[in-house]
Amino acid sequence: MKRSLAIFAAAVYLFLHLPLAVLAIFSFNSSRFTVWQGFSLHWYAAIFQDPQLAESAWNSVVIALVATILSTAAGTLCAYGLWKRGSKLLSGSLYLSLVTPEIVMGISLLALFQWSFRWLHWRLGLHTVILAHVAFSIAYVVIVVAARLRTFSPALEEAALDLGATEWQAFRYVTLPALLPGIIAAALLALTVSFDDYVITSMVAGVDSETLPMVIYAMARRGSSPVINAISALIVVFFGALVLISERVRES
Amino acid sequence: MKPASGWDRLRAWFLLPARIWMAALFAAPFAIVIVYSLLTRGAYGGLGQPWTLENYQRLFDPLYLEIVLRSFLMAAATTAVCLVLGFPLALFITRAGPRKNLYLQLVILPFWTSFLVRLYAWLFLLRDTGLINTALQHLGLIHDPLPLLYNNGAVLLGLVYGYLPFMVLPIYATLERLDPALEEAAADLGAKPWPALLHVVLPLTAPGLRAGSILVFIPALGAYLTPDLLGGGRTVMIGNLVQNQFTTARDWPFGAAISVGLMALVGLIVLLMLRSESETLV
Repeated sequence: MKRSLAIFAAAVYLFLHLPLAVLAIFSFNSSRFTVWQGFSLHWYAAIFQDPQLAESAWNSVVIALVATILSTAAGTLCAYGLWKRGSKLLSGSLYLSLVTPEIVMGISLLALFQWSFRWLHWRLGLHTVILAHVAFSIAYVVIVVAARLRTFSPALEEAALDLGATEWQAFRYVTLPALLPGIIAAALLALTVSFDDYVITSMVAGVDSETLPMVIYAMARRGSSPVINAISALIVVFFGALVLISERVRES
Repeated sequence: MKPASGWDRLRAWFLLPARIWMAALFAAPFAIVIVYSLLTRGAYGGLGQPWTLENYQRLFDPLYLEIVLRSFLMAAATTAVCLVLGFPLALFITRAGPRKNLYLQLVILPFWTSFLVRLYAWLFLLRDTGLINTALQHLGLIHDPLPLLYNNGAVLLGLVYGYLPFMVLPIYATLERLDPALEEAAADLGAKPWPALLHVVLPLTAPGLRAGSILVFIPALGAYLTPDLLGGGRTVMIGNLVQNQFTTARDWPFGAAISVGLMALVGLIVLLMLRSESETLV
């Protein structure tokens, strides 16, 4: 049984990883067609000559960084507050936001923004995308930080209070440092979900706030191009590096 | 209880940002959608009076009922395939000894990779001019490209590929907590490995199988991007219908009604799961 299990597992791992591996290999193909013609880096060079790609990548980075900072701050404080005493309404809505289909979240945010234009003088743009991204990544941050809090002993805080610290000081100097690995892991998760999101972003982005996934989607729709393979390979490497960093942080 | 009030004040401040954000950008948008679902589509795709329940009645139109049914079947099939692939894989990882963590990471890794990129990888493989068709043509096995893309099978493949990690992780977590002595006891009592697996391990993994099924079924039911890219407009699921009403068709009230219906389904499934979980806990 051990043997058949191993063969089965190997097949599933191939299914999970082969498509991306093949995709990455063909990013080095010198032909634009899916026939191997020889090694070339010119699709990677092409990425850096495309102003639309550069602009959208820049937008994605700005959105992901700002949204990550906001959602990590709000989510960490929230996880701590809920750890002190639960709130059915708040944790219920956080869980609900996790199971809400992306397209439903996207159209409801679009409906909200469109409605707000009646009263507010603003348009869809980077700011609406950032507001939306924080909305869907807070729940991820709360879950990761809450998991870390479960291994934290409240006795440490009580000791700090006994030694004369205020509640805020106990949080700031005792609990927060202990939570740091969890907070960093949560931030990396928020960063990846934000950087990767297409469905919600495409609903609430304006004409001047196209993100990298939106450009990739449009290119993929038009047809195959080794340029997409090259961007994809870069994204996979980028995310892979992030995971490795987060693993290191968690272990330390 | 003096110190408690200090904590209470701090807690209230700490919860405030998340409360405001969830109220303004999660609850309020959905409340607007509920209101829209009760309005009538105006001229030029606007919103207008009178208030009506007609949008909800339209959900039972055979045309749309078919899409709802297809979404259910696709989500159920995705769950079934993920169960069949996920349970043995989780079992393999549990028994992998020192390399357990590596194998687990290999399951989680694609989850960290861009979802869009993973779907594009399948487009790259399955297209008429994709790798599989090109390779088969070069080998002379086929003349015309096989229609691998833009059908139910391609969408199912994409959904399984996307959500398999959600199935493996909870099953693995349950298997990890299982006492190995149980299987040894079954073996001592004369059970062969396969029957022991089927009659001892599998039933005890039920909570993990159930959690994994929910985690796969819910996103599959509301999937939009996978049927959009791999179904190419031929395999329409609920998510695509919603998107279509808000963009091309410009019928926001109907799109809103479908969204409310979809959320009600998702909420119902989660509630049922929570109830059955609490029953097993008692």
